[in-house]
Amino acid sequence: MVSQKREKSLDVQQMIADKKNKGLGRKAEKLVPTILFITAAVSVLTTIGIVFTLIFETIEFFRRVSFWEYITGTEWLPFAGEPSYGILPLVLGTLKVTGIAIVVAVPLGLAVAIYLSEFASDKVRRVIKPILEVLAGVPTIVYGFFALTFVTPMLQKIFPSLEIFNALSPGLIIGLMILPTIASLSEDALSSVPNAMREGALGLGSTKLEVALKIILPAALSGVLASVVLAMSRAIGETMIVSLAGGSTPLFNFDVTGSIQTMTAYIVQVSTGDAGYGTTIYYSIYAVGFTLFIFTLIMNLIASWISKRFREEY
Amino acid sequence: MVQAIVREEQQTKQEMKVLQNQPRENVYETNNLNLWYGDKHALKDINLNIQENNVTAIIGPSGCGKSTYLKTLNRMVELVPSVRTTGEINYRQRNILDKGYSVEELRTKVGMVFQKPNPFPKSIYDNIAYGPRIHGIKNKKVLDQIVEQSLRGAAIWDEVKDRLHDNAYGLSGGQQQRICIARCLAIEPDVILMDEPTSALDPISTLKVEELVQELKENYSIIIVTHNMQQAARISDKTAFFLNGEVIEFDATDKIFSNPSDKRTEDYVSGRFG
Amino acid sequence: MAYINHEVVERQMTKRRTKNTVFKNLFLGATLLALLALVVLMYRMITQGAGYLSLDFLQNFSSRFPEKAGISAGLVGSLAMLAVVTPVSLFLGVGAAIYLEEYAKKNKVTTFIQMNISNLAGVPSIVFGLLGLTIFVRMLGMGKSILAAGLTMSLLILPVIIVAAQEAVRSVPGSLREASYGMGATKWQTIYKVVLPAAIPGILTGSILALSRAIGETAPLVVIGIPVIVQFLPDGILSEFTALPMLIFDWAKRPQEEFQYVAAAGILVLMMLLIFMNSIAVFIRNKFQNRY
Repeated sequence: MVSQKREKSLDVQQMIADKKNKGLGRKAEKLVPTILFITAAVSVLTTIGIVFTLIFETIEFFRRVSFWEYITGTEWLPFAGEPSYGILPLVLGTLKVTGIAIVVAVPLGLAVAIYLSEFASDKVRRVIKPILEVLAGVPTIVYGFFALTFVTPMLQKIFPSLEIFNALSPGLIIGLMILPTIASLSEDALSSVPNAMREGALGLGSTKLEVALKIILPAALSGVLASVVLAMSRAIGETMIVSLAGGSTPLFNFDVTGSIQTMTAYIVQVSTGDAGYGTTIYYSIYAVGFTLFIFTLIMNLIASWISKRFREEY
Repeated sequence: MVQAIVREEQQTKQEMKVLQNQPRENVYETNNLNLWYGDKHALKDINLNIQENNVTAIIGPSGCGKSTYLKTLNRMVELVPSVRTTGEINYRQRNILDKGYSVEELRTKVGMVFQKPNPFPKSIYDNIAYGPRIHGIKNKKVLDQIVEQSLRGAAIWDEVKDRLHDNAYGLSGGQQQRICIARCLAIEPDVILMDEPTSALDPISTLKVEELVQELKENYSIIIVTHNMQQAARISDKTAFFLNGEVIEFDATDKIFSNPSDKRTEDYVSGRFG
Repeated sequence: MAYINHEVVERQMTKRRTKNTVFKNLFLGATLLALLALVVLMYRMITQGAGYLSLDFLQNFSSRFPEKAGISAGLVGSLAMLAVVTPVSLFLGVGAAIYLEEYAKKNKVTTFIQMNISNLAGVPSIVFGLLGLTIFVRMLGMGKSILAAGLTMSLLILPVIIVAAQEAVRSVPGSLREASYGMGATKWQTIYKVVLPAAIPGILTGSILALSRAIGETAPLVVIGIPVIVQFLPDGILSEFTALPMLIFDWAKRPQEEFQYVAAAGILVLMMLLIFMNSIAVFIRNKFQNRY
């Protein structure tokens, strides 16, 4: 009876079988995973490319400049008649700016995160979060311009001794730039603490502030710390803000009102100048780039270690 | 089988008659309470008086409003954004639904134990000491005493006394729940609200918590929401039966389980629905 | 024995409640401060730049004279670069995401690739510039071309696209896959005809945000050596070019005050481009969200 029915209708099963034997589909089935694996491998190749590029050109740099001078020298004067390549002034410039940024962004970012996760209503949160995302999406060149043409002149009214190029203004603006990173990642960490914790604490007569500071924040601490370290890494690698507003005077001091130079700003200075291919100055940007890479790599590893090591279990 | 249990309960109830004859004050007097979640009318004209030093059980099928009512008693229900209430709940003669009533103050006197054990991700000691600390007790010796007293009160002292500074998450579910009860005892509340406290526990842990409730009622007024009718029969003095947001019947527990006046109560306690 | 004196607790309660309110307002203040900063920034750019925004500004090349300076070479250059970045980064990123979510076994290689992606996302953009300069510009001899810059930017945003695409693929419900397998479809047929179409809104939303980052990035272009004085429009992917943010950078650095306004006008064009791209992303997200 079944076969009688089949004779009347189209034999779909037979048609499918015919198609299958043509083999084109089979080949694709085998080829596709290989192609996809290669696309995934590109990200690994990129890392290898970065590491090898930096290492090879840095080795060339250290054929010409002593490694010891580089890591302990307190003078960075590549353009002088008698050049000297001590990285410490550039590192210090980077750390000054990063320090200011962190001092601004951590308290503000945490306050925003706690407000959004513990106090704000759903409606308010849904309005404010996307606006903060906009803050994170503003190109750094725009921030740099804003620091140079608005923040610095404004600060000069308050501190007349402030130079046009300084560490303070770019530091504040980098703080603003990394604020959404801290706020948004910390907010994720805080709101992923289960509501049962909040209920438990509120049920004992805690105020919302006490719940936030004594229960939720400690419970989410690893996520919050990771966000801060990640933000720090971004501040260290920030380029355009410091290039425009920080200046190009690598000095080994702790003054934040005068012109500075960061590692990134030095690379930009050389890239926009006319140092020829093959000169020591040309290779120096790779050495500085490598140093920068190591700094941020360590930060990123610490961040992922924190969030793995102290993964919360509720 | 249910009847056998009920009969057993009646015997134990008789032993406690002496206690029940004492005059008791009302801790809670609920008058015409209505509650809405958005448009959903979740509690309808609730009138209920709850006596002190008693175990009051609230039973009913899922979604009948029993948990909502319990959470209204310490205003925990307000954590849901769209909640609206009318009527009044007097706790010790003061209406807790008044705008001026401080929820924190209320919750200091009315402790709560939740459906799932929810210890904080801290040490056992810090869990118990949290409440006293936020309420201003800083003295280490006093805190030590409170911790011991509360853990003893929750019948878990012997199991954890050697590891007070271990994370509370290392304990079993049943132990965690008793830690939560101890945490609640540490602020020396007047009333303890329990929201299906054994629903996430195994039978042995359940038994321990039930025994504990029996001991605690000497000093506290306990209101317990439970899905488990045998549990209500075993541990409570009075039982309220909720259905679709209304109180169908509220009476002595043995009356509710042996001779209910409402047909719906009878259907529910005999397991015909729910 | 009683340790808690409820009367004392009650007396302290007022203080604690006040503290709660004060801090709540402080936290709210911090949030408003961040939003205010954004408003001030936008306001400044508009008041500084709007006056210089004109059809001429869009059509002219850059110039030594602020009133003649225009953005055409940068605008066209940035869009041309985007035309390289979009297919390259989408192909590589979505491919990698599908591999990791659908094919990769849970082994050390996969863990390594995944770890590598998250670390790559943290590498400063200027370091990608060094990579591009060495590999694409010099080693592969592409010069300071649209192709070299486009490939560099593709690698820069690749981790972001992979992560977004992974999330989109992961959120396709297993029941859809089962339905397809249940009719005898092969793995690739299932991915190509069922999983990918369902994941596309999510992939697009994340990718557009990543692409708008590529448009605004300046540092890698500076390191590659993209020029700013370009008096012609690009005629192919190996053509030299300049980009919007490069022009802004150049104008911002110039000493004459007038150029600040030109830079602000350039920023307005850049921001409008970004807002346009972001609104597409938001539109896609709103249109397709919660379909399951």
